[in-house]
Amino acid sequence: MDDPLVEIRGLRFRRGRRVIFDGVDLVIPRGRITAVMGPSGTGKTTLLRLIGGQLRPDAGTLRVDGISVPELRRKELYGLRHRMGMLFQSGALLTDLSVFENVAFPLREHTDLPEALVRDVVLMKLELVGLRGAWRLMPDELSGGMARRVALARAIVLDPMMILYDEPFVGLDPISMGVVVRLIRRLNDALGLTSIIVTHDVHEVTAIADMCYLLSEGKVMGAGSPQTLANSDSEWVRQFMNGLDDGPVPFHYPAPDLARDLLGDAV
Amino acid sequence: MAQRPITLTVIADMLAGLGRSTLFLLRVIAGLPSLVLRPSLVIQQLYAVGVLSLIIIIVSGTFVGMVLGLQGYNTLRNFGAAESLGVIVALSLLRELGPVVTALLFAGRAGSAVAAEIGLMRATEQLSAMEMMAVDPVRRVVAPRFLAGMLSMPLLSAIFTALGIFGGYLVGVELLGVDAGAYWGQIQNAASFEDDVLNGIIKSLVFGVVVSWIAVYQGYHSMPTSEGVSRATTSTVVVSSLAILALDFVLTGLMFTGD
Repeated sequence: MDDPLVEIRGLRFRRGRRVIFDGVDLVIPRGRITAVMGPSGTGKTTLLRLIGGQLRPDAGTLRVDGISVPELRRKELYGLRHRMGMLFQSGALLTDLSVFENVAFPLREHTDLPEALVRDVVLMKLELVGLRGAWRLMPDELSGGMARRVALARAIVLDPMMILYDEPFVGLDPISMGVVVRLIRRLNDALGLTSIIVTHDVHEVTAIADMCYLLSEGKVMGAGSPQTLANSDSEWVRQFMNGLDDGPVPFHYPAPDLARDLLGDAV
Repeated sequence: MAQRPITLTVIADMLAGLGRSTLFLLRVIAGLPSLVLRPSLVIQQLYAVGVLSLIIIIVSGTFVGMVLGLQGYNTLRNFGAAESLGVIVALSLLRELGPVVTALLFAGRAGSAVAAEIGLMRATEQLSAMEMMAVDPVRRVVAPRFLAGMLSMPLLSAIFTALGIFGGYLVGVELLGVDAGAYWGQIQNAASFEDDVLNGIIKSLVFGVVVSWIAVYQGYHSMPTSEGVSRATTSTVVVSSLAILALDFVLTGLMFTGD
């Protein structure tokens, strides 16, 4: 991995008393799709917020394109965010603006482009996600998959170098899911982006990811290509990748002996 | 670690909250100058918090004035001073009821709406999305709502007061037969611009700032859940109402003692 876009070393982060990351090392290669997977509640979304500078780590280094994110002042951070797009789980479209205005929002906030050019750029981005015909609709008229595609068009409207995807497949029907999966791959290659996908949908993401990281209990449990992980020696990694119900992560919540419970000793 | 007495903890929490909200207010104020270049954002919010509050202000102002006219007339008549009805109605409205009742209604109508709107934007990650698009939500979302609230309150209060005086006229003069010349003439003689009108405007401006500040703070810092949004809305109305009544006492003390 000669040209990393994001480099994280010895990352530590805690929320109150709960340790979220305890010495995480992660390298995101430029121009590739990297999946960050792990069980619910392992802090995958927190990782994206740390990369985007919305949270600051307690220790460790975090560099994006060679820039140390935690040390940036607000203005410099906003400068860096011009080059980042983020797709939120819910889409996070601005509910008082139409599809067109949502996609135009970053352009209107950050550029002085003439209206005709804004229109062309927005329609081109909407065309890329297949929703040019929906430009007039309001966010509450869109399905979950459509809302996420509009949010994707908005995320790429300033031609960023990187897109952060927060659980992009949650709650989508199979067709919308397939559309979003292929769209992520197509956009990454066509626009020369770097994509980081945070998810626990192993099956969907391994079909398009070049590189995967598995996080659990504040640590990296496995890293490598989807193929490598599928054939990993680690029992935990195999359990997660294959969705097995019992293994290092037990099926049963810790409980006293069943026979004792049934005889009424424990309760 | 030694356990602190509960009263100390409560006081420390209150001071910390006050500190946080003051810092937030400073951030909002720092965002106000940028609105000069984006007047459309403020105009939109003036419509939402000001124009849409008009109905409740118009109806309440008229009825409060009518009740004042009725009560005032019945009391003054006993002393043979029914001609002074105009003064009672006008001064009560200009000095107290106009700013205070408008602010209470404003907190219930516009303050709660602003808190709920910003709270829902937080819950649906719209504010986070703006931050990630390098747009400061305090400047883009909070500052226009704060400024619109601050500007709307004195105007709404003026409308409330004017309609209240008119309501008093309807009942006192048209219904109960007080002389119209006496009603208006007494108001003109007794109400002073500096002592009554200006102080009323200052009060309503202060209330406007406080209600808007509480509403945007509660909304912006609400928990991103439906319960959090509902709590922010309720707190906005409760805290604003208490702050309005307490501040009114302080302001009245400062403005009208030694008359």
